[in-house]
Amino acid sequence: MEMITVKFDGQEYQVPRFVSILEAARSVGFDIPTLCHYKDLVETGACRVCLVEVKGMKALTTSCTTPVHEGMEINLHSPRVLRARRHSVELILSNHVNDCLHCTANGRCELQKAAEKCGIREIPFEGQITTPSIDRLSPSIRRNSSKCILCGRCVEVCKKAQGIGILDFIHRGFETVIGPAENRSLTQVPCIYCGQCVNVCPTGALYVHEEVHRIQKAQVDGKHVIVQVAPAVRASLGEEFDLPIGTRVTGKMCTALKRLGFERVYDTNFTADLTVMEEGTELLTRLKKHLMGEKVALPQVTSCSPGWVNFAEYNYHELLDHLSTCKSPQMMMGALVKSYYAQKNGLKPEDIFMVSVMPCTAKKYEKTRPEMRHKTYADVDAVITTRELGDYIKSCGIDFLSLPDGEFDMDLLGDYSGAGALFGVTGGVTEAALRTVYAITQGHEYGKVVFESVRGLKGIKETTIPLKNIIIDGKRSGIDLDLKIAVVSSTKNAKILMDQVKAGTSPYHFIEIMGCPGGCINGGGQSFIKPGLLTFQEKITMNDLLMKRARAIYEEDSSRPIRSAHLNPLIQNLYQEFLGYPNSELAHQLLHTHYHARTPFPNIEE
Amino acid sequence: MNRLTNVQDLKNALAQAKQDYQKLLNGGKVVFVCGDTGCLASHSQEVKEKLDELVNAEGLQDNIKIMYAGCFGLCSQGPFVKVYPEGTLYRLVKPSDATLIFEKDLKGFGIVESLVFKNPNDGTIYAKQEDIPFYQKQKAIAMADFAPIEPDNIDHYMGIGGYEALCRVLETKTGEDVISIALDSGLRGRGGGGYPTGVKWRYARMQQDPQKYLICNLDEGDPGAFMDRAIAERTPHIILEGMMIAAYGIGAIRGFIYVRAEYPTASLRLQQAIDLLRTKGLLGQRILGTEFSFDIEIRVGAGAFVCGEETALMASIEGKRGMPRSKPPFPAVKGLWGHPTIINNVETFANLPYIFRPGGLEAYKAIGTEKSKGTKVFSLAGKIKNVGLVEVPMGTTLRELIFDIGGGIEKGKKFKAIQTGGPSGGCLTEEDLDTPIDFDNLIARGSMMGSGGAIVMDEDNCMVDVAKFYLEFICDESCGKCSPCRIGTTRMKEILDKIASGTAVMSDLDTLKELAIFIKDASLCGLGQTAPNPVLSTLTKFYDEYKAHIIDKTCPAKVCKDLIQYRINPDTCKKCGICAIHCPVNCISGVRGKEAYVIDQMACIKCGTCLSSCPFDVIRKV
Repeated sequence: MEMITVKFDGQEYQVPRFVSILEAARSVGFDIPTLCHYKDLVETGACRVCLVEVKGMKALTTSCTTPVHEGMEINLHSPRVLRARRHSVELILSNHVNDCLHCTANGRCELQKAAEKCGIREIPFEGQITTPSIDRLSPSIRRNSSKCILCGRCVEVCKKAQGIGILDFIHRGFETVIGPAENRSLTQVPCIYCGQCVNVCPTGALYVHEEVHRIQKAQVDGKHVIVQVAPAVRASLGEEFDLPIGTRVTGKMCTALKRLGFERVYDTNFTADLTVMEEGTELLTRLKKHLMGEKVALPQVTSCSPGWVNFAEYNYHELLDHLSTCKSPQMMMGALVKSYYAQKNGLKPEDIFMVSVMPCTAKKYEKTRPEMRHKTYADVDAVITTRELGDYIKSCGIDFLSLPDGEFDMDLLGDYSGAGALFGVTGGVTEAALRTVYAITQGHEYGKVVFESVRGLKGIKETTIPLKNIIIDGKRSGIDLDLKIAVVSSTKNAKILMDQVKAGTSPYHFIEIMGCPGGCINGGGQSFIKPGLLTFQEKITMNDLLMKRARAIYEEDSSRPIRSAHLNPLIQNLYQEFLGYPNSELAHQLLHTHYHARTPFPNIEE
Repeated sequence: MNRLTNVQDLKNALAQAKQDYQKLLNGGKVVFVCGDTGCLASHSQEVKEKLDELVNAEGLQDNIKIMYAGCFGLCSQGPFVKVYPEGTLYRLVKPSDATLIFEKDLKGFGIVESLVFKNPNDGTIYAKQEDIPFYQKQKAIAMADFAPIEPDNIDHYMGIGGYEALCRVLETKTGEDVISIALDSGLRGRGGGGYPTGVKWRYARMQQDPQKYLICNLDEGDPGAFMDRAIAERTPHIILEGMMIAAYGIGAIRGFIYVRAEYPTASLRLQQAIDLLRTKGLLGQRILGTEFSFDIEIRVGAGAFVCGEETALMASIEGKRGMPRSKPPFPAVKGLWGHPTIINNVETFANLPYIFRPGGLEAYKAIGTEKSKGTKVFSLAGKIKNVGLVEVPMGTTLRELIFDIGGGIEKGKKFKAIQTGGPSGGCLTEEDLDTPIDFDNLIARGSMMGSGGAIVMDEDNCMVDVAKFYLEFICDESCGKCSPCRIGTTRMKEILDKIASGTAVMSDLDTLKELAIFIKDASLCGLGQTAPNPVLSTLTKFYDEYKAHIIDKTCPAKVCKDLIQYRINPDTCKKCGICAIHCPVNCISGVRGKEAYVIDQMACIKCGTCLSSCPFDVIRKV
């Protein structure tokens, strides 16, 4: 790497050549305060906090946008620089609602951190505040523009990372506000509730509708309260207690949940295994029809990501029959609890309160879908995010770090294979499904249990699995099939593959689509990975952090004694005792669903 | 329409056009009526139509030609009508005057004395345009000698020397030559920045990327500035010729003219001119058979001052929200769609034909000061007698501009300040009047050249109110991206509101100054970086006026509404009741013929209608 010499505050340093002043300073141990900066997403110099003084430049300049050059002389903390940085933050604070102590972002707010770092002691500029826009209509994501600092990260992540672009700058000057078109509610535009915007928002301007209070209310009301936990949660929950990013905390998580008073603590990985069975069978049925020359909707596309399902319903009306009819693992668990579990325990479904702990914001919406509700009860009653669980554990006075390892309940719906655990990361559903589909069609397990080609965080992955002399309906068919599979995460990549399907040029039989970039480990409900909240070292290596959570998921898989869904004895038991066989009529009734074409921008009355 | 296929064709066309234009001006009666926006608003269209009617009614169309011309500059005296071959310039022509001009002048019975220019100070009559003092100290390069031509007539434009420069460049110069000439001329950007044009062009030319763009900035957002509008309306071709020379120099393949939405006539004239050039073969592929290919498109703005800033302008052309971005990278390296782009102001382009004509370079270098060559077009407005567009050599003093050319202050009032540079500039006062105008001198005296707006103020202007006006404008136009400008300018405005309403304290001035210096230092783009200038300038030069507002809670100039009262003198009131009838809020009470009228100060909205309606001059502002 080519190095050059620059001066920081009069002293010479060797720094890399083709970087910004911010990066150059970081390389030698200077942590210039930033606010709007987010590597590869927003590097526009909008907040004016990372200002520095450069010899030869009349005005101060933002270190995140200015490249270094040989011999540059920069002052990082002269009185002029420090005063200007403070004023930038003071001005933002003067137009910011002052409710820190009861804000959802209290303790995880980058503006708080910036104020702290810049030593703010007063707000010398007081005056009017921008007219607030407050949107509390959605069950998932909510908006309060009086906390917005107009960094533009949400605009960029929705546009660039997701390829959707729900949010943008509206109006001009002091009245500028970031919001959906016409400043509508998020419920009136094709927002898929993936929560990527919440994941990047430095303050509490974009936040998640919290449901934790409903748990205790249900307990007080005498309900039988059960909890299920998604695979990605255990790869992130530890961060809520300052453990390093990607620490796997399955054991402590189970203990904490038990101590919180839930009647049962089930693992969604169980119904992930169930999804493998149902969806795998569905795929084999479609393949059979296809091989027999019948017209069938191929490729089959996964449907466990409610954000992706929303996206499909808004944008691919004519392709909805490509979606698997399977419900997501969360909803399958809810359906089973309110039927199988209820029956087995002599309970009425109305008396059971099903709580899900999810890495996902779209799942808060998913549970409200009419297909997931019945006349007198819902399959899932409350969805809380990883962050909400962390808060709840803390408010109940449980010291997470000193908990012993515990286990999920495995009486009826508990035990899971490594396959189910993989659902939390992009490529996981595919790998899980492949283990079972291969076994069924080839009559023996795949040699190595790990399908490397679909692991990792690349946005679009593809693989071909050669299947020889496929077993169909229990008999060898004599047909060979190269099973072509694609795995994508983020709706930006989903669009590429779905446009192919639309054009009739898709070469695949099966496509896994996760709405969030990287899969559920990067869901809208996970622990925040925001530059202002990270340690100095973490900030510098931001791109690698998500992979740590992925590794925790792979570790969870390796740690399981059973690695494939079809070998899970509790799953086998479920079919024997209750469902009959995969895709049976009862399975269809409880575990499958249907979709609707939705209007992206419905007419609304003034 | 005869297409020109090579340089010789163009040369022949130029020679013919010159001949024809001279014949036109020295033959039978030719009448030019100003058809640009200012005069149109004063019914010049009806003047022309009336003249047409009169001429046609008597079947004299072949002997007397009536046509539109572009702006004559002295807009406060419009509508203008100029009659050849005598060169008589008539001003303040009403449609009803058309008959007089027709019957007397056009029929050969002499000039209409009541309509020619009369010096407002001593009554001397000047019938010919070149004799009028207003024009004497001017040097019209960008304004093309104020020569009357039909704006949409390319032959007229060629008749006054248009496209001579382009011809010479295409025939005898390389792109490198063009850059050298631009550098040698000392031409500096006329949009306000004053950056050496040749230097900017050289950066772009040096870039490896072959896809280069040229943009003409016609966003002209400064309140009171209309120089670019006039140039585009009166001589659209001068801009296009300038753009072609620049494009040739930097190697651009496509050009854009970004016209603010509020200039439909300018847009129209430019489009007509572009269409004409395409038909004639002067725009498009392999122009006149050379290797030079270039075409121009118009893009219309949508009402944002910030889109005059080059990076916001480019974002707007790209279809994005008009918000500036950080520089580096500079547009010359990475501009429109990531390609090298040169953006120049209209007036900068309008100077190029003069510079590139044979002998033009040396002539240009002889005009102006050492560091600021050439001329500058100013839109002289405000409390001045001769409101309009003037073009003066750099080095002309402010005193000459205001008093010799501008005719001095209206109504015998006292000069207080001249504001240059619009919302980015500052005020210059009595002590600055002998400053020779150039880029660096104006900055040294606390203001800047800006795009050319020059607003004259007298003793009845309140400088706090002036600062407030510009700040309100900035607050309206801020794009909202960066916090110093978005929030800071509003905070400054709030303080100014307090000062103007008499509710401020002296420490507010410290906060105001602190904010102003910070916003200048920390804003992302030029709009924010210069927004505090009017405040800082007036604070420095008129500190006492600010103090009076704060400590005495008075507005010395009697402008700030919360600090003035309208009072009827009870001793001299004639009890006629006219003021009460006119009062829009019915706050004046009295008895007609019996009791003096009194204004209810609580209800008064300070509109001043009573004062202007009182026939006896007994109402005062106190």
